[in-house]
Amino acid sequence: MTSVSVTPQAVLDRSDELRRGLDGSFRDYMVASLYERAGELAGRSVREHGSGKWDFDQRIDRIVTSRWLGLPVMLLLLGAVFWVTILGANIPSQMLANAFFSVEAAAASWFESMGAPWWLTGLVWHGIFRGLAWVVSVMLPPMAIFFPVFTILEDLGYLPRVAFNLDWLFRKAGAHGKQALTMAMGFGCNAAGVTSTRIIDSPRERLLAILTNNFVPCNGRFPTLIMLAVIFVAAAFPPAVAALAAAASVVAVVLLGVCFTLGVSWALSRSLLSGEASAFTLEMPPYRRPSILRILYTSLIDRTIFVLGRAMLTAAPAGALIWILANVQAGDATLADRSIALLEPLGTAIGLDGVILLAYVIAIPANEIVVPTMLMCYLGGAMMMDITTYEQIREVLVGQHGWTLLTAVNLMLFSLLHNPCATTILTIWKETRSARWTALGALMPLGLAFLVCLATAQAVRLLPL
Amino acid sequence: MNAEACDGCPAHAQMAEMGVDIANCDHVVALAGNPNTGKSSVFNALTGLRQHVGNWTGKTVTRAEGAFGYGGKRYKLVDLPGTYSLLSASQDEEISRNFLLFGQPDCTVVVVDATALERNLNLVLQVLEITDRAVVCVNLMDEAKRKGIEVDVRSLSRDLGVPAVPTVARTKEGLSELVASVAGVASGETKTSPSRIAPPAEVREAIDGLVPLIRGMAPGLPSARWVALRLLDGDHKVREALLSGELAGLADRQRQPAPVDASKIKAIAGAQ
Repeated sequence: MTSVSVTPQAVLDRSDELRRGLDGSFRDYMVASLYERAGELAGRSVREHGSGKWDFDQRIDRIVTSRWLGLPVMLLLLGAVFWVTILGANIPSQMLANAFFSVEAAAASWFESMGAPWWLTGLVWHGIFRGLAWVVSVMLPPMAIFFPVFTILEDLGYLPRVAFNLDWLFRKAGAHGKQALTMAMGFGCNAAGVTSTRIIDSPRERLLAILTNNFVPCNGRFPTLIMLAVIFVAAAFPPAVAALAAAASVVAVVLLGVCFTLGVSWALSRSLLSGEASAFTLEMPPYRRPSILRILYTSLIDRTIFVLGRAMLTAAPAGALIWILANVQAGDATLADRSIALLEPLGTAIGLDGVILLAYVIAIPANEIVVPTMLMCYLGGAMMMDITTYEQIREVLVGQHGWTLLTAVNLMLFSLLHNPCATTILTIWKETRSARWTALGALMPLGLAFLVCLATAQAVRLLPL
Repeated sequence: MNAEACDGCPAHAQMAEMGVDIANCDHVVALAGNPNTGKSSVFNALTGLRQHVGNWTGKTVTRAEGAFGYGGKRYKLVDLPGTYSLLSASQDEEISRNFLLFGQPDCTVVVVDATALERNLNLVLQVLEITDRAVVCVNLMDEAKRKGIEVDVRSLSRDLGVPAVPTVARTKEGLSELVASVAGVASGETKTSPSRIAPPAEVREAIDGLVPLIRGMAPGLPSARWVALRLLDGDHKVREALLSGELAGLADRQRQPAPVDASKIKAIAGAQ
């Protein structure tokens, strides 16, 4: 055998020492020069006749992934998607609500005329059916507009460019650049986002991506955000810019979610999950002409129907539950009143109220139904026929239930940050096979949501705004 | 040459560890390339029915190997996972990288897509950072022609410093030239001088400071400069290989045959 004069540890120590003296950006330099050299070699040996497509792609890429324009272009596109959704969703929503609630009234009186017991009429029509009606009328129109438009961006090949634009931020946060992609998946569905973290090979960075995926609003939460933006933010602005303001507020919430993703990744990678970010190569696929059929299929069947179906599945029992809570007396008050009273102090402390928290508890199986559940609790006794437009909803919430802009803002924040839905929690467990990480994945966002809402509520109450 | 003679050869001891059966072959050739470059077509066209499909030791990644003969010699062809780079820690890239570094094939064929040469050359340049013995197979020449793309393969070969061969693997066009180039490189008859990226001055100084130590630890280790660069970049897989004695062991075997060490099989297989 050879005589080994230098130990591996000595080599490592020396390399660490030398490494500290180096500018950390040399990896970028090496990768950049690799690409530069490849470009140079290809330029010398390749000659192209015609085929302007590649040049065209590159010219677009130079804008949408440029250092200065990349992020603004991204925000503008996102804003435009929300703006279109908000503009388009209002009227169909109102029409659907009108239709459903006239059905409810007619069916309930038909039940009564047939001699059905009062509790059966109540449970079926004022409970289950009303829950479904709210879910469909509040959620279907925004989804039917938002998903196709978002899918067009996806189909064009824009999402890898988003990952490219955000990569450096994630690496600064100690996370993997591919987390930008899994985050983008999370906009579709957090459970799918958690599953998609399989593309990240390093277990440390994968856990970061799993634990923070919840901080981007999923399809189920977008309608909630959009609705709140329409009812409260838009109403605070003159009609000419109302839709724009609402869209901007949703973009702001999404940005805040990205900030939380980065901030929490940063904190975790310096505490529980410490380590360095690993490099990866992201290939920009060529832009494709979106296929209309595929877009319609993906956005309407895979997404709209899927999300709506799941929402309806949970909304039916939730509707029944709310009706029971509101109609079963315990002592001198109904169960609903009692649980709301119980949650009220906590709710008020964080700028929300007992009804909203109750809605969140009932909506744990699927975040989509939070707003419908909440409305059912608030409007339990009211005549549904009278409340179908967004303006009327707003009047009831503000006039009768003491909502303020703070309530709406905090509800948006809470909706952005609170614990993932049951499906996502289950997926986290499936992917990590660890009760501890699953618990952290569920409780950390919930804790953050309470803290942030508490902070804004206290700030607003202390400051003379 | 016979199987016993192969057993005595140092690089082949490592091959056996990596699960490559090197009995009855004179040279081991690795096949690398980006996904969708027709790498599998090249593999199938060269090996025909003489194929064996299994898994990389301890991994779920499929590995195919096959054999072909040329000029009275027998060649074992090992199909590496299709990757875009060798830089990241993904399982596929790690397998390819480890095979090039520790397996030390006698020749590495990098299949590139003639219609997307620039993107494909990234991998070629990275392979050339690790090994001198490479041949570039510029595949899909027919598609390139159809798209109005003309590739000057001779100029490319000159620039890269290794042989480059235009092919259309589906119709087996250019494959005999490819095999002839592989034979030349594997036997050492064809001298190569691969094009390498010059690191910035201060990195070069750091490398120069580190290489003597690496050579001191593992005399005769090929690609010591590459190992130094990866260490300076904080590549934790290379650090692990260094600490586990894998790198030093490799260098030892370069100098004299060593018995197969079971712990190293684990080190390679379980590096994750």
